[in-house]
Amino acid sequence: MTTAASSHGAATREIDTAGLAVSAEDISVSFAVHDGRPIALQRCSLSVAAGSFTVIIGPNGCGKSTLLRAIAGLLQPDGGRVLIGGGAASTSPPRPGDARVGIAFQQPRLLPWLTTLENVALPLSLHGVPPAERLTRASAALDRVGLADAAHLHQRELSGGMAQRAGLARALITDPPVLLLDEPFSALDALTREAFDSELQNLWLERPRTVILVTHSVPEAVRLADQVAVMTARPGSVARLLTVDLPRPRDVRIGADSRAAETDAAIRATLASVKPPELAPWTSSS
Amino acid sequence: MKRLAASLLSLAAFLAAWKLLTVVTGTPAYILPAPEVVGERAVRAIGSGILWVHVWATLSEVVLGFALGAVTAAAIGVALGKSVLIERVLSPYIVAAQAVPILALAPLLDIWFGGGLLARVLVCALIVFFPIAIATMVGIRSADPLLGEMLRSLGATPAQVTTRLEIPSALPVLFGGLRVGVTLAVIGAVVAEWVSASTGLGVLINIADQGLFDTPLMFVALAALGIIGLTFYSLVVLLERRLIQTA
Repeated sequence: MTTAASSHGAATREIDTAGLAVSAEDISVSFAVHDGRPIALQRCSLSVAAGSFTVIIGPNGCGKSTLLRAIAGLLQPDGGRVLIGGGAASTSPPRPGDARVGIAFQQPRLLPWLTTLENVALPLSLHGVPPAERLTRASAALDRVGLADAAHLHQRELSGGMAQRAGLARALITDPPVLLLDEPFSALDALTREAFDSELQNLWLERPRTVILVTHSVPEAVRLADQVAVMTARPGSVARLLTVDLPRPRDVRIGADSRAAETDAAIRATLASVKPPELAPWTSSS
Repeated sequence: MKRLAASLLSLAAFLAAWKLLTVVTGTPAYILPAPEVVGERAVRAIGSGILWVHVWATLSEVVLGFALGAVTAAAIGVALGKSVLIERVLSPYIVAAQAVPILALAPLLDIWFGGGLLARVLVCALIVFFPIAIATMVGIRSADPLLGEMLRSLGATPAQVTTRLEIPSALPVLFGGLRVGVTLAVIGAVVAEWVSASTGLGVLINIADQGLFDTPLMFVALAALGIIGLTFYSLVVLLERRLIQTA
């Protein structure tokens, strides 16, 4: 650990305590389908401190995205509750379209008939922000994610990575205190993804807020998280919470750090233990 | 340029084939007049001002009827697309009205609405309604639910989801309905004129046929109808290209 990196991280966090605490308490969600009601989440609890970076990791179909949608207020849990707030702010459950929460989806979900700039400005135009201010703020948001040159392109002219960055810029433009990211860089190759992780970490260090990111990548979790929540297979709940106390900014070589390696091993061990039998690797000797 | 040349070439080929048919078969002009005979009759009809009177009458019916029918159909199509209940309640009436031939409905509308322009406009609107309403309904339902969830996550109201997502998503299919509808509007106008009117290209055909045995004039009226249909169809296509940039 270098002292310089450590103090940089600490200083930034002290100056700006933006972000709101998020707590999910005993969330249960099931979906109505033709052959019954499979349970996506069962008594799932997660507590996230204001301004912290939480990574959710877990097997396929364990309800990670469902948990994010419940936190965003996009679905009403059958049981339990989500609360957002804390500190000076009053605490309340999220409503659909809650201004306190921004979400970037796994697919960027851009409107194909709008330019990148118009897509990024969409949250502002929905809330009646005047065009001049929309333009300024959307341009700034595009700048932050390195898409200034793509402002007037349509989705069909963007690469997968550019579209995902546009989705991120759209989530950032209203400067929400809670930012939810559902595998935002899943479509990218490993190297580009590492670069995006760095950009994301920098954005967060510049302006800390509560971030909850869903991923399948263990190195990404170790690199970005203050806290890693490992989820069980469906029906999902949080099997284990791991604190990652490493200096920031962390670069890709953080994996070489012994404590990072320990965390990495602990995440993998937990993931292996929560895998349902039918998902066990076919090379398994057992 | 190339496309214009191709269009002109095909027109020339059509006229040549027509001329050849009249020469080879020796058909008399009161059954199949040669193209130059029709052309000469058209010049006379335009010169005397008689053609314009009838073209103007038909044009007004087509424009007003199409506009009325398209706007109503699009509005009802949005409601049908958004609500399964509304579709359940309304669709039997809409389908039944479509299934009854317009030729049978036109005299009724003529009685109800006093045999004037309004009655003829309503016949056009009615014939235009069905394809546009159905196309709008299908188009509204083609909106991607994931984009709907995205808009709701940004705090969009239900009305904003309709204007920002569902209507733009519906446009490609809606324009399919408008293309069909605009040509039907011409048919509707002629049918309505047939039932009751003193001017219009439908009336002109009747006069030429029964009163004057003026077959070349009938051809002039038919050509005018074709040109009106083609012009409006092209205008719809042009508007479609302006509005829908993303293929």
